[in-house]
Amino acid sequence: MSVDYSKYLRNEKLPLSWCPGCGTGIVLKALLIAIDELGWKKDDIVMVSGIGCAARGAGYVDFHTFHTLHGRAVPAATAIKMCHPHLHVIVFSGDGDMMAIGGNHFIHGCRRNVDVTLIVVDNWIYGMTGGQYSPLTPTGSKASTMPRGNIDPTFDVVELARGAGATFVARGSVAEPVLLKTYIKKGLAHAGTSVIDALSNCHVQFGHRNKLNDPVKLVHHIKDSTVRRSAMAKMKPEELAGKLATGIFVEDTSKKEYTRAYRELVKMAQNPG
Amino acid sequence: MPEVRIASGNELVAEAALAAGCRFYAGYPITPSSEIPERLSKRLPELGGVFMQFEDEIASVIAAIGASYAGYKAMTASSGPGISLKQEGIGLACMMELPLVIVNVMRGGPSTGLPTRVSQADYMQARWGTHGDHLIITVAPATLLECYTETVRAFNLAEKYRAPVFILSDATLSHLHGRVELPAAASFEIIERRQPSVAPEDYYPYDVDRFGPIPPLPNRDNFPRYRFHMTGLNKDKGGFPTENPTVVNADERRMVAKIMDDRKAIDSCEYYRLDDAQVAVVAYGSNATAARVAVNDARQRGIKAGLFRPITVWPFPEAQVRELAGRVPKILVTEMNLGQMVYEVERAARGQAEIITVLQAAGTPIRPAQILQQIQVAAGKVVGDSIRREVLV
Repeated sequence: MSVDYSKYLRNEKLPLSWCPGCGTGIVLKALLIAIDELGWKKDDIVMVSGIGCAARGAGYVDFHTFHTLHGRAVPAATAIKMCHPHLHVIVFSGDGDMMAIGGNHFIHGCRRNVDVTLIVVDNWIYGMTGGQYSPLTPTGSKASTMPRGNIDPTFDVVELARGAGATFVARGSVAEPVLLKTYIKKGLAHAGTSVIDALSNCHVQFGHRNKLNDPVKLVHHIKDSTVRRSAMAKMKPEELAGKLATGIFVEDTSKKEYTRAYRELVKMAQNPG
Repeated sequence: MPEVRIASGNELVAEAALAAGCRFYAGYPITPSSEIPERLSKRLPELGGVFMQFEDEIASVIAAIGASYAGYKAMTASSGPGISLKQEGIGLACMMELPLVIVNVMRGGPSTGLPTRVSQADYMQARWGTHGDHLIITVAPATLLECYTETVRAFNLAEKYRAPVFILSDATLSHLHGRVELPAAASFEIIERRQPSVAPEDYYPYDVDRFGPIPPLPNRDNFPRYRFHMTGLNKDKGGFPTENPTVVNADERRMVAKIMDDRKAIDSCEYYRLDDAQVAVVAYGSNATAARVAVNDARQRGIKAGLFRPITVWPFPEAQVRELAGRVPKILVTEMNLGQMVYEVERAARGQAEIITVLQAAGTPIRPAQILQQIQVAAGKVVGDSIRREVLV
């Protein structure tokens, strides 16, 4: 049972601007399959993005699409959801966009718990601007602005989102696209802020500086760097060293979704006493 | 019967926004603008609108732009430092051609400056604050009543021209409390954004060939069924990125021309006792109140003085100032800054009149006596300092 992607794409805008073998396309494909499985109508979907390679994804999908400024997708998405609570609002942007320049908006978005799905296309690098290190570039890796190897520690997107109050948090990767789709689908269906850290390959800007300049090689590297959360219990600490866990980490329905809280506030304001 | 209120300038801006149809406000606390969000946080939920206080100034302006995209009339307010932070977002509204009202309650600067004190030092920032070629209509109320009427007009201009509009208020005006007779709601026009009449599949948000220089934009009811793309990149008629030099050049020119070509509907100036004037004072905002007192005092002393007050301060009323400079020998520009609008006055006057100034960047209002003194010097009635430009760096 294959999905007809063409109905979700602005076919006249193809080919995609992403480099051949780029993981962003796999993340986008996982998203479109998830949407198809949920049976959502195109008129009911809003995709918002910031700036960067992944953010260009908004231009290719036949939804309501809003390509904003660097880092600023989350406040725009929040506003759109507040204006039209019945619409499904998705943010699709990169790790530099959402974790660095947009980091403040990311954590406050998670705190509010507006029903928006934040998909972080996490390729560990600023691709569009030429391979500068991001807050997700692994320590020790090379980047165009870390030619001797990155000395910066990284963010853990999952822990950051959890700590900030997101009510659905998952991490998947392009090495396991079906699982990634499952996480995205659950995130989309979740009523509250959902975060999907989607590990992705940039073999061009990250890979070529780190002996991983081939998409297959880099996807294998991502696979080797991750371990399923369900398998972790049986693994020894030395086997887990340096690995990122994948899976669903937070699924909390106890916290009030923000548009619902706001509706209650409006009711209170309109019926005082 | 007009509704009578005792209110501050900030409260009147907030009430006028609601009367104009604003149903989305996003902001961040900053003195001296805070009474605007405080009032709206109470009032917007009563009207079923959205009020949100965001984590910072940038998020606030972006949220208001997102709401405008989603079909809502939207506003954000701040003061100098906050406006500096919002400037990239204001450029996004310019490029996307989304209606937006931004209130700048001016205080001193640069930097933190004098948070609770008055200034007009953001006059040029309103025009040139964001990067790239652009033009932002800017209105400057001078009275409490105008805090109301100019806010309504700002929303109307934003919707009509699909563009961001600045309201330049100031710390004096914002915290001035007084009695105001509000115009009845039925007495003023409320402009709504033009709606697409074409089928959703035939709608493009920048289709100027089909719709003219200001294409329709779906309102909140129509938004869900009209799917389209918007970006901060230079765009084609569909809203998609383009680097085609012909398309980009035409679009850049159109975004300015849509305002400049309709100046008659945008310009607003007050002429006060200027018919026989020998000295014309040029002032705007709360400073114009001091200028008016000075003009009246000068008249009592037999000096033919008048006041020219731009209300739409951007685009600058250069034709009006040129005409004035052709018939009034001396023009006195007064501003609560080191001289900003005076550059525009000089440019427009083209050397026809002598330009003198009363400028002050002290955080305190300019007193009528200071202006009167210079009017008297200009009229040759008192021996004062030789007439010269005070501070123009």
